[in-house]
Amino acid sequence: MTFGISIVAGLAGSLLGLGGGIIVVPALTLLLKIDMRLAIGASIVSVIATSSGAAAAYVKEHMANLRVAMFLEIGTTVGAVTGAFLAGHLQVRWLFMIFGLMMGYSAVEMFRKRHHEDGGAVPPDRLADRLNLHSGYYDQAQQKQIDYRVTHTLLGLALMYVAGCVSGLLGIGSGALKVPSMDLAMRLPIKASTATSNFMIGVTAAASAGVYFARGDINPLIAAPVAAGVLVGATGGSRLLPRLRNNVIRLIFVLVLLWISAQMLWKGLHA
Amino acid sequence: MTDPTLATPASARPDLVHKVELLISGLLRVGVVTSLVVILAGLALSFLHHGDYLHSHHALKGITSTDRPSWQTVRELREGIRHGRGEAVIMIGLLLLIATPVMRVAVSVVVFIVERDWKFVAITLFVLTMLILSFLLGKAES
Repeated sequence: MTFGISIVAGLAGSLLGLGGGIIVVPALTLLLKIDMRLAIGASIVSVIATSSGAAAAYVKEHMANLRVAMFLEIGTTVGAVTGAFLAGHLQVRWLFMIFGLMMGYSAVEMFRKRHHEDGGAVPPDRLADRLNLHSGYYDQAQQKQIDYRVTHTLLGLALMYVAGCVSGLLGIGSGALKVPSMDLAMRLPIKASTATSNFMIGVTAAASAGVYFARGDINPLIAAPVAAGVLVGATGGSRLLPRLRNNVIRLIFVLVLLWISAQMLWKGLHA
Repeated sequence: MTDPTLATPASARPDLVHKVELLISGLLRVGVVTSLVVILAGLALSFLHHGDYLHSHHALKGITSTDRPSWQTVRELREGIRHGRGEAVIMIGLLLLIATPVMRVAVSVVVFIVERDWKFVAITLFVLTMLILSFLLGKAES
């Protein structure tokens, strides 16, 4: 049962660049009545498994942009450390509300910009030029090479810092904020955004895994089937992504983002 | 840096970049496969010793409660392995899985040094430092 759910989580997570925690945590707590703490511990493991499981393929196929990922990880790791310091000093309730609204807005924007896909020139960005962030990949669905240029690199970095802070504080939303940042601000194609986000979330999660491990929140008999299932799902997802059409991925992502946004607003209202 | 090929390493030497990507991709694959094998072996060992986990919901409940040994110290793990405890083996596999992305960053440092891409050597070293810092912060907190 856990194994089956985890396959779905890994599949969805690897396609959308999310951790899969949005599936694993509710499934474990609501369906299997597992303690919330252990469910979150297992979901951290699932994020790392999704990331590493799919990234092997994404890196090889050029789908994940290694240089963009490494540069943006400056923002997420510094953000994660800041989040750890701020934890307990901020009203979590308002954070849920603010970021719930922000994700809702991103979802709407991503839907509105659906026709911009692979479209035309982007504003030149000297930092992106100097760091050589531009790249390209072969799109199996369109049967052609897609070359793209990266823009608004500093804005992207700032947004990643916020994303790192939020995931450190709230324990959710790392991928859900990364993908819109790369899509809307830096103008990466949606496939490159989800694959790069997928590549990055493993690093962020590995950093916080230390905390969960030390607290004893990672239970081997719960985490093992989750990790195994997610790895299988993520491998499947990484095969599927290159073949899917951009707008299909975008649409699924927008729907999931709306769902997360609603969940966060609900938590903010009822906390 | 008067040589223009050194100023633009990624576009100027695509074959090298490709090799780097294959290396990182291969590393991730090895990490994932190794940890999966260890985790599955541990899981099999657990069920072998306690067949009741498979059909008794009560036994499973006991094992998933929060007040059991959590295998978080090196000593606990070593003891567990010596007694052939499946959970300890799983824990080793999970640790391998957690270490994989960190290893990936560490390998990237070396790779960028080979590429002579000093900007990215600095960036990657910084990320690695922050990772270690957040790991230590986590330890101090609990």
